[in-house]
Amino acid sequence: MAELVVDAKRICKAFPGVRALDGVDFAIRAGEVVGLLGENGAGKSTLVKILAGVHRADAGELWFGGRRVEFATIQQAQAAGVTLIFQELNNCPNLTPLDNLFLGRELRRRGSPLLDYPAMRARARALFERLGVEVDLDVDLHTLSTAVQQMIEIAKALLGDVRLLIMDEPTSSLTEAETARLFTVIRELRDRGTAIVFISHKLGEVFEITERIVVLRDGKNAGEIDARTGTREQLIAAMVGRELAEADHRARAAPGPEILRVDGLSGPPHIEDVSFALRQGEILGVAGLLGAGRTETARLVIGAERATRGRVLIDGREVRIRSPRDAARHGIAYVPEDRKVQALILAMSVRENLTLAIHHVLRWLRWFLSRRKEAAVVDRHVAALRIKIASREQAVNQLSGGNQQKVVLARCLALAPRILILDEPTRGIDVAAKAEVHRTIAELAARGVAILLISSELPEILALSDRVMVMDGGRVQRVLDHVDATQEAIMTAALSGSPDAVAPA
Amino acid sequence: MLAHLLRRRESAIFAALVVLIVAIGAAEPNFVSGSNLYLMSRQISFVAIVALGELFVILHSGIDLSVGSIMALAGMAAGYLMKLGVPPPAAVVLGIAAGLVMGAINGALIAYVGIAPFIVTLGMLSFASGVVLGLTKGWPITEIPASFVPLAQGSFLGLPIPVWITLLLAVVAHVVLTATAFGRRTYAIGGNEQATFLSGIDVRRIKLALYMISAACASLAGIVLVARFSSAQADTGKGWELDAIAAAVIGGTSLAGGAGSVLGVLIGACIMGVIKNGLVLMKVSSYWQTAIIGVVIVLAVILDRTRRRG
Repeated sequence: MAELVVDAKRICKAFPGVRALDGVDFAIRAGEVVGLLGENGAGKSTLVKILAGVHRADAGELWFGGRRVEFATIQQAQAAGVTLIFQELNNCPNLTPLDNLFLGRELRRRGSPLLDYPAMRARARALFERLGVEVDLDVDLHTLSTAVQQMIEIAKALLGDVRLLIMDEPTSSLTEAETARLFTVIRELRDRGTAIVFISHKLGEVFEITERIVVLRDGKNAGEIDARTGTREQLIAAMVGRELAEADHRARAAPGPEILRVDGLSGPPHIEDVSFALRQGEILGVAGLLGAGRTETARLVIGAERATRGRVLIDGREVRIRSPRDAARHGIAYVPEDRKVQALILAMSVRENLTLAIHHVLRWLRWFLSRRKEAAVVDRHVAALRIKIASREQAVNQLSGGNQQKVVLARCLALAPRILILDEPTRGIDVAAKAEVHRTIAELAARGVAILLISSELPEILALSDRVMVMDGGRVQRVLDHVDATQEAIMTAALSGSPDAVAPA
Repeated sequence: MLAHLLRRRESAIFAALVVLIVAIGAAEPNFVSGSNLYLMSRQISFVAIVALGELFVILHSGIDLSVGSIMALAGMAAGYLMKLGVPPPAAVVLGIAAGLVMGAINGALIAYVGIAPFIVTLGMLSFASGVVLGLTKGWPITEIPASFVPLAQGSFLGLPIPVWITLLLAVVAHVVLTATAFGRRTYAIGGNEQATFLSGIDVRRIKLALYMISAACASLAGIVLVARFSSAQADTGKGWELDAIAAAVIGGTSLAGGAGSVLGVLIGACIMGVIKNGLVLMKVSSYWQTAIIGVVIVLAVILDRTRRRG
């Protein structure tokens, strides 16, 4: 058996008001891929941050390569060969991929403070070749897709001598094809003896890539599952401590009359002639690779960007939507892709975030906001969506991802929309919250709300959609009825428009 | 109740203000004399009025560097109109209107053209002051009617009129920021502009209004200063943008936007005023005064930061 890279025993860690880890054991051997799962707040992130030197354990022993260690800083952990790739990309969007790659580890000309760009460039080329991605080293990073940026983060980890690689939700913004590419890289690293900790909420992926899965619940070990013999149900039961029913929308009645029609819509950055229709109570899934134009289409529909051509019709009448404000007036609500960047005002309270879009219904004496009405609205939605909060005044940045997402959803529902556009509504949220969001989506459709569901998670699209629209290269490639919609059919369509797209390895 | 007060953001700087008053009072008994407090409160009120306007702009994570120039422009406009025989109340309204035009230009360029607030208001700082100097050739207007002078030099219930103006303005500003949709949205834009926009809020119109509010407050201060000196001067307000920003920052307003309060700004303005006045009484040279103010600004921010972390 390979040597133990990490052996963490009875690790405890408390933060003010929270006992994040309470005697957790965790071990991993060289050449092993171990899944680390648990609901948000279970202690996964805290554990890996202790392994990576971000936090120090309050109690317990950390053995690394057979020696007792205590990493005081990230640098110490890195020197020992531990690299953590954070869930949120930590990079400098204004620098080039090359500068980002070598940030803090720049190569210099011998005996000189000047940077040795040729050497860095050569190493970067070799690295990306090994990863099988093509990256333009000289553009600004922010012009690249999230997937490519993610690959650069991984490349950064591989620059040094990595003995333990920890990936926190590395695939949350990757498409299936990009994920497949990442998995190839992970397997290659594993075969060379790197120990890899893989954190993800996408259970299918966890079973695919890991050998065993360590489950945490409420800061304690909640079991270990053999990825080859274990089942999804066992894993979920270990994570949440109970059985969960997964939502399936397709058992309901036929949709009503057409409510939204988008006709020949074109606009920045690359949307070309997009047409589709949406009926009352219908869920239209929108699938595609990253950069296929799904979010961009949604932004044109809600007026966040101006369309250059095309029409939007509601109830058969053409409407002009020039801003999200116009969209809201026409009964269209939008849940953006990135809740922290595009949806939430993190420093504000649950109450203020939840009612941000409905000030007009809270008015009294024309100018003032009625606190009483506001409290009533908040309480109603918090109860309906089962949002877990300490009080209405709690700052949203203290909530878990799932509850944050529910606040965003509640803000949209408070508008009582007829058309709801959901962009990655369950990205990065835990299994229980995900199931609840799915159930809410299905309930809304049953009540007659027309839903456009953009998602990179095919199981989510397949479980909820009446029809699936597949996009690529800014165009609609296919619209599939749910009986014809399979993972294969969707992926084939998603790759049809652009032959150069990253194909599954 | 007490615990709630202590947890408020403003409590630390309020304590600092009390300590300052006690310390300076102990060192220089004249400081706490009635006449000194009267004059000092009047002096503070002018800065406070400008700072209240600045607060609105900083809350949305903008900045208004042009307030000093707008003060001069509005004061000069009102003074010129009074010289022509326009009755003072009308001159005040028209003077503020002149300032509002400048604020609207600031706001339009920032909100609708999308130029950075720093650049736009830096340009306006230079432009408005140049207009005033160009039109007046630097000469003051001294033909100010006697009926106008009490606006700054009079008193009511023992307090100078400018102090009453400040308090009235502060109450209105507080209500606007805490109880109206407009105020809520201002904080929201400062916290996350993109999220506010995608929530269906007309962010640009709010920004336009914010720069107009800032200009209106600056104009009011500039016009009341005309009454204070019985003359309109072209260099009124020079450097006041820094005092106004400093008062807001000392009062706990975040330059990143989304955090700050009327109460904090008032306390911040008092701290600035108390220190300046105390230094004068203690006969510290005016050169050293500016150095000390600089230290105070940075100290206040450090204090605010450690308090929030702790």
